Amino acid sequence: MADLSIDFCGIKSPNPFWLASAPPTDKAYNVVRAFEAGWGGVVWKTLGEDPPAVNVSSRYSALHGKNREVIGFNNIELITDRSLDINLREITQVKKDWPDRALIVSMMLPCEEAPWRAILPLVEATGADGIELNFGCPHGMPERGMGAAVGQQPDLIEQVTRWCKMYTRLPVIVKLTPNITDVRAPARAALAGGADAVSLINTINSITHLDLDRMVAFPAVGGASTHGGYCGTAVKPIALNMVAEIARDPVTRGLPISGIGGIGNWRDAAEFIALGAGSVQVCTAAMLHGFRIVEEMKDGLARWMDAQGYADIAAFARKAVPNTTDWKYLDMNYQVIARIDQDKCIQCGRCHVACEDTSHQAIARLVDGNARRYEVIEPECVGCNLCEITCPVEGCITMVPQETGKPYLNWTQDPRNPRAEVTLSEA
Amino acid sequence: MIESLHHLPPATGTHGALSERFTDLAPALTARQAAIESARCLYCYDAPCTRACPTGIDVASFIRNIHEGNVEGAAVNILKQNIFGGSCARVCPTEILCEDACVRNHDAEGQPVKIGLLQRHAIDNAHFAGHPFQRAPSTGKTIAVVGAGPAGLSCAHRLALLGHDVVVFEARAKAGGLNEYGIAKYKLPGDFARQEVDFLLSIGGIEIQYGRTLGANLHLHDLHTRYDAVFLGLGLGASRRLGLTGEDAPGLAAAVDYIATLRQAADLAALPVPKRAIVIGAGNTAVDMAVQIGRLGAEEVTLVYRRGFEAMSATGHEIEIAKTNGVRIRTWAAPLEVLLDDAGRVRGMRFEETRLVEGRLAGTGAVVEIAADAVFKAIGQHMDAKALSDPLAGELERDGDKIHVDARFRTKLPGVYAGGDCVAPGQDLTVQAVQHGKLAALAIHDDILSKAEA
Repeated sequence: MADLSIDFCGIKSPNPFWLASAPPTDKAYNVVRAFEAGWGGVVWKTLGEDPPAVNVSSRYSALHGKNREVIGFNNIELITDRSLDINLREITQVKKDWPDRALIVSMMLPCEEAPWRAILPLVEATGADGIELNFGCPHGMPERGMGAAVGQQPDLIEQVTRWCKMYTRLPVIVKLTPNITDVRAPARAALAGGADAVSLINTINSITHLDLDRMVAFPAVGGASTHGGYCGTAVKPIALNMVAEIARDPVTRGLPISGIGGIGNWRDAAEFIALGAGSVQVCTAAMLHGFRIVEEMKDGLARWMDAQGYADIAAFARKAVPNTTDWKYLDMNYQVIARIDQDKCIQCGRCHVACEDTSHQAIARLVDGNARRYEVIEPECVGCNLCEITCPVEGCITMVPQETGKPYLNWTQDPRNPRAEVTLSEA
Repeated sequence: MIESLHHLPPATGTHGALSERFTDLAPALTARQAAIESARCLYCYDAPCTRACPTGIDVASFIRNIHEGNVEGAAVNILKQNIFGGSCARVCPTEILCEDACVRNHDAEGQPVKIGLLQRHAIDNAHFAGHPFQRAPSTGKTIAVVGAGPAGLSCAHRLALLGHDVVVFEARAKAGGLNEYGIAKYKLPGDFARQEVDFLLSIGGIEIQYGRTLGANLHLHDLHTRYDAVFLGLGLGASRRLGLTGEDAPGLAAAVDYIATLRQAADLAALPVPKRAIVIGAGNTAVDMAVQIGRLGAEEVTLVYRRGFEAMSATGHEIEIAKTNGVRIRTWAAPLEVLLDDAGRVRGMRFEETRLVEGRLAGTGAVVEIAADAVFKAIGQHMDAKALSDPLAGELERDGDKIHVDARFRTKLPGVYAGGDCVAPGQDLTVQAVQHGKLAALAIHDDILSKAEA
């Protein structure tokens, strides 16, 4: 079987699956259960200054799918609500008992040098493998000038990172918030401050849904609610893009990335790694199903790697990064056309109505008595993929590349572009 | 009570215990099951299930409403096409209609969405303050409807909705037709049929006169003269005869008469039940009869049909119900003689084995005897000849013994319309009768309006 072990900015882990800083890593009891289940590492739930944070009751809410599967998840919990001393003692003991696992400590302190100088040595003394700076928490803590309030200001990120590098020898991972316009700016700031790695994404500002009788959002704390941090499957596409943005940015290229956001199975993990992540962090999926999911994640990833001939994680890490580019470098001459496998088609008509109402009127509906048949009108098909997406039968509609006989031509070279460049140098 | 079965012993057990055997054949979905099942609907475009529904219910739309927690919206969606949506959800042979057309039947899956059960879920769980439909302003017209079965009441309801007043003439003591008198008890348990009729009538503008039988104390000529239009929603009141001696002997009865008695029985324990019963026929009524007499306590129930399984008009689903209820099915045997004991009562039947010879049914000469204390014939119904005996009714054109109608359910007589089991189109399904009544009402409405404009 493939070797799943990683070395992430000097932190060794038997597999790339870490539990993210969150309720599952709140205390020794949970973390020990996670290690027993086989997780490669954990990021211990964010430590702060004493006195510890106090949480409200009613903390999570979710966006459900058709069969009550959780599509997205939101929380309004704060950082650890236990004292620094208890956390440090537990971390010390767990690391001692589980030396082969990665144990990273998440931290959030005010933007002042003194508390960092005071507390970092205490964390280092636990034997932990690294620290993660929580610059992402989007609820509660920003109102006190911490969490996302720091992550939204690159100069503060750089400053705090620099202090950390001054006061600890441990690798420093800067956790980024997605609640910004361009994630490359905070990543560059972290790099400038000396960060060993970044991790992303933290949760997204969100309101999942409302109680329409009481006219209050969830989670409702009495008669009121507040925005919470959104995570789970729904945020994966946003996270993947942000990871890729940093991975392909010439400034931050090569900076280790711990990928976070909607990772629930081995395939999600493989995608993050292929787009530039060196480790992955999981929270929502574990919160919904328990720690045991790591077993299927490890097995699935290893079998896929074996089938692909990837001996270790490095063998496919970043492999999709070069294929992720700006729109202007896409091939204007590439053409796909939908093909419907009539043997698999169940005649539901969804492709037809979708194309007819909202796209290019490229799927004909042929009705003969009760017999129905849907056929692609090839000259009208622009290859948008909508029919393939709405089709309920996997593999029934495929998008088939066409032999156009035309060479690669991107928008910078395209004669239809009024600002086209004359040379082909950028291609 | 059926005269010819008086000599048989009553059912064993108490009414309460027997009633337990006539509870819902197919239990309702729980809210959770409905949520899961409704999520399976693919919301097809121009959905095949809707095309397969004789009343054209927008199945995808009502299922989506269920899934979105809008049960009342789902129910209205159903009821606006089929005011008998509740009973049709229970008695429709969905396996040959909507569920047969469901795209999820495709080879790779083979599991249609449970449309019938979802429809029932919507109707059973919708709560309306008053009737969900509002009548149009009065047209000042009054229409006569003969027969308070699904066809007649569907017609009456649609006419009332369109602003007409309706007088319904019903021969029996209760409205509902076969829903009240003819469907197996475990398919429409309790008083669902009556509740449904009450709901239908609550739209207003519909008067029912009971004990009015066409051809006896009611005549088409009078109706034609007195009302702005007439709709004939006659049932098939007469049972076909076997044409054998002994047909009127004690122990021989028409299945529909027994089922009607069973449906109306206040005390199931008072019903006469044979130890051994033969049911002759191959339709859903034959199956209903065989299963119900078995559940009442008959020890041996044999359903006999002169052709093979493939020719039976009962659906595969119905035949399965018969088999799981212990009904023995004897195919390729044609009635030859009713066997009587010394007292002249039925003691069994003699059949001749049959086979197909060049596509035609022929006796083989081999004879089979089956012992029985009662024989129930379920070989089809026809219209009571007296119903259409007045001179005007004689002018109605016929297709065989059924009333001829055009595509909009107009008979040859201007102002007279007909639908349901008494007309040629359809396979005598409740859902088709409902559609006939609805379409006839629309035709009556259009014809009256165009006459008024002319």
